[in-house]
Amino acid sequence: MTTSAVRLEHASADRGGRVVWSDVSVEIPRGEFVAVLGPNGVGKSTLLQVVLGLLPLKAGHVDVLGRPAGRANARIGYLPQRRAFDPATPVRGVDVVRLGLDGDRWGVPLPFAGRWTAAGRARNERVREVIDVVGAAGYADRPIGQCSGGEQQRLLIAQALVREPELLLLDEPLDSLDVTNQASVSALIQHVCRSLGVAVMLVAHDVNPILPYLDKVLYLAHGGALMGPPEEVITADTLSMLYGTPIDVLHDRAGRLVVVGQPDAAAAHAPH
Amino acid sequence: MDVQLSWNLVHDVRQLLEFHFMVNALRAGTIVAVVAGAIGYVMVLRRQSFAGHTLALLGFPGAAGAVWLGLDASVGFFGFCIAAALILGLAPAGRAGEQSAVIGIVQSFGLACGLLFVSLYHGFLSGLNNLLFGTIVGVTDRQVLVLLVAGVVALGALAALGRPLLFASIDEAAARSRGVPTRLVGVAFLVLLGVAAAGASQVTGSLLVFALLVAPAATAVRLTARPVVGLVLSVVIALVVTWLGEGAAYFSTYPIGFWVTTFAFGLFLLASGYRAVVK
Repeated sequence: MTTSAVRLEHASADRGGRVVWSDVSVEIPRGEFVAVLGPNGVGKSTLLQVVLGLLPLKAGHVDVLGRPAGRANARIGYLPQRRAFDPATPVRGVDVVRLGLDGDRWGVPLPFAGRWTAAGRARNERVREVIDVVGAAGYADRPIGQCSGGEQQRLLIAQALVREPELLLLDEPLDSLDVTNQASVSALIQHVCRSLGVAVMLVAHDVNPILPYLDKVLYLAHGGALMGPPEEVITADTLSMLYGTPIDVLHDRAGRLVVVGQPDAAAAHAPH
Repeated sequence: MDVQLSWNLVHDVRQLLEFHFMVNALRAGTIVAVVAGAIGYVMVLRRQSFAGHTLALLGFPGAAGAVWLGLDASVGFFGFCIAAALILGLAPAGRAGEQSAVIGIVQSFGLACGLLFVSLYHGFLSGLNNLLFGTIVGVTDRQVLVLLVAGVVALGALAALGRPLLFASIDEAAARSRGVPTRLVGVAFLVLLGVAAAGASQVTGSLLVFALLVAPAATAVRLTARPVVGLVLSVVIALVVTWLGEGAAYFSTYPIGFWVTTFAFGLFLLASGYRAVVK
């Protein structure tokens, strides 16, 4: 068993002939909570696609859970970037979680398999168990479209977790949530990471809500990448250099970091 | 033919089954209702109602063309609906929203072709209404057999697609990351939808297919959020409105398409009302 969940060596990726990032060499250890950050259009989601083996590298090498990318996907839980479910979606939260377990198996389960066969019972139990882990038991039987954004996100995390993955890839899971839910979902992800030993790569827009829960940050910028513990990487000088615009890093009275002036607008004007 | 609706239900049913054409109509209706109820439920889940509508309409030029060429109308219904499903499924998706423009163009071209075939076959005009709005007379034994075989194959394929189809329908990106071939599943489902639309066309006519394909499913999703229960409910509703509609058409002078659609619409209103009250 290798010690790294993901290892990139001099990796470069392009989309439609345009280089998104190049010469990226980083290693994400097992069981660590890493945020993937950087300006818009810098290829954060592309990095997840590469790790899943959905997008071949232009150059370099990528190892995922000790195997070439794409070969270990059964051991990866992936939460794609998404908008909320339509309110009229006539499917319960528990069904959505269940699809994470056996949604890729052809056919339909035997009627009442959950009552009559041991394997069916075990599957039902696993679904209930993972719903308890994310604290969604109270609303898992409601139609998912009628759950709040935070509740939907917890159910989707349960879907990603249901097969006991060793690596969790979350693409902007906090994007559509209010501040309170951003904090509680971040705490949940940290809890999952610690108690189940799952490595987490979380793509985020804004570092502040997740900062207290992270082990490391991985900054992607035009050209390359920079990874390390937040207190080392998140400095005014480093961020200003990465984003190409002045950024301040403040410390509040509890010693927590706050990034100010993270410039999505400015980044959008940056030449690609 | 002198039939009279009475308060004696047994007597009414006996009257219904008195004529062979009516037995065939009920057989065909039952098969079609089960298939359309099940596949229509998934169609509503996938929000492909517009594609389903187009496939149903394209049965009309198919049937008109088949009759013009001296073939069985059901050959035309199935041939055109399945071919159209493949075209819609395999056409490059393009930008979001562009798909519906492509579907719309295919739909109007198909209708225009149907009109041309009808005018080429001069003696056919009396059948135009039946192709568009359905009829209960004239379902042959052979047609029932074709519907049965197509229905069994379609439902078998639906069951085989099963979970990956549900997964791809409600959460496509996650399904793809889990190795579900979402595009293949999508094309396969469109073909099933074509089969269901072609079958239903032969009972309700091309224009009123939606009474069986969308109304029972839309009613079911208002009553339950359990996929399996919803699918079964959709089938049951489709059966009930088909039987009621065929019975009403038999005992009245009004066409079957009107009755089936009216009952389906009535149940849909009831379910919507129920939802509004319960919430």
